Amino acid sequence: MTMRKLSGVVLAGLTMAVTLLAVPVVAIAADTPNPPADLKAFQKYFKDKFPKVKFEDFVNGPYSMDEGLYKQWKEKEEFPPYEFALDLGKELMAKPFKNGKTLADCFPNKGIGVRQDYPYFDTKQGKVITLELAVNQCLESNGEQPYSYVKDEMAAVTAYMAYTSRGKVFDVKIPDDPRALAAYENGKRYFYTRRGQLNFSCATCHVQSPGERIRAEVLAPALGILNAMPIYRSEWSGMGTTSRRFTTCNSQVRGVPLKPQDEEYRDLEYYLSYVSNGLPISGPGARP
Amino acid sequence: MRRSIAALAVTLILGGFIASAHAASTEADYKAAYAAAEAANAEANKLRNQWTTAVSALAAAKKAAEEGDFDKATAEAKKSEELSKAAIFQTNEQKENWKLLEIR
Amino acid sequence: MASTIRVRATASGDSTEVQALIQHPMDSGFVKDAKGQLIPPHFIQQVVVEHDGKPVFIADWGPAVSKDPYLKFAFKGGKKGDDLKVSWTDNKGASDTLTAKIQ
Repeated sequence: MTMRKLSGVVLAGLTMAVTLLAVPVVAIAADTPNPPADLKAFQKYFKDKFPKVKFEDFVNGPYSMDEGLYKQWKEKEEFPPYEFALDLGKELMAKPFKNGKTLADCFPNKGIGVRQDYPYFDTKQGKVITLELAVNQCLESNGEQPYSYVKDEMAAVTAYMAYTSRGKVFDVKIPDDPRALAAYENGKRYFYTRRGQLNFSCATCHVQSPGERIRAEVLAPALGILNAMPIYRSEWSGMGTTSRRFTTCNSQVRGVPLKPQDEEYRDLEYYLSYVSNGLPISGPGARP
Repeated sequence: MRRSIAALAVTLILGGFIASAHAASTEADYKAAYAAAEAANAEANKLRNQWTTAVSALAAAKKAAEEGDFDKATAEAKKSEELSKAAIFQTNEQKENWKLLEIR
Repeated sequence: MASTIRVRATASGDSTEVQALIQHPMDSGFVKDAKGQLIPPHFIQQVVVEHDGKPVFIADWGPAVSKDPYLKFAFKGGKKGDDLKVSWTDNKGASDTLTAKIQ
């Protein structure tokens, strides 16, 4: 055989091998979506894995996974680093726009004690509305410049709103609308899909390895993982929102991040909040 | 066990396509490699799973070409293409296999 | 404009525990920004805490202290209702001060 023909055979062999490997070893049945069953299985998985952790303590992420970290965190909570963001957030909620309205006017109850009602599926807009998106939709509809989604003002405002909701539990609903169910399923799929050169999915760290370490960090369980957002993260030397965490997580596994508040991220937040139903808001939080 | 299948397949692809000994690359070689890499990157980007390392390899290829080092430029472009092809493979493979990690 | 200093001082027995959180960028001067330019040094050089007009704690800080520093210490003396004054000065000549009551 000529060199060309030989390499052609090798190539074909490789392609065949790759195709064979692409077929899943176990035939996975097509499922009928069942969010309540997902929620039950999800919460049971973590409760079984960490029987000593009180249910409401899952919102403390790595601190409920490691005693030493817990002590340091408790001490830090006496004088938490997110206090400055809280003050700024309160200010921004009340600051009048050019047209005289305020950010608080866009929300039920002036934005006090409503954080746990986000995200929700808006049947009129046909999409998931997160708290961050709602803030910027308010700004834009009032002729103001929207905030950057990842830190600064957005973090301050969502921190303040979270703070006024401390203790209130998630009760995310999936309305009887095929688009809402599709958004939920999309978020779920995103959560478990491997991506980036490091081939990690969100589940790889937060379902398979909570309580274990990745380099020097203790991994948080996925259950309740959004309840403390936004967070003052020592690694960032500052505040960061859910958008910041989703985008940086993508780049950490060597995947080019999507744009903050892109559909996949909002659907992901919808899924993660739904499966954490019953857990209280603990934000804003402080994390290593 | 199953999670290593994807990794194994990726390694095979990368191993299978790396070129063996060849003569020095010309500017034409680089341009062809870069075009192929750009196309693969664009496809991965369309699938919402472009790899950061593929992006940086592409940038390194361009920079090396500007400096006249077409060997390096071609090698980086080929690397970028391989990485993007692996990303495309990963996306397709994960279309069903994401369920392997799902809590049920 | 809100103060950059937050203080919580608690008297217990014959000593007082002081916690303070200070808002300050604490730029070391070694970090580069997104464009590759060095961010100039901008950090607190001295913190002074006074009780009854006398300094009970002086800290000489530098670029090694992180952003938004948190400080905790205890001193002998002080009782509930007393004034406690916390001040800082930085390398750009800026300063801030706050007086709080010991709880």
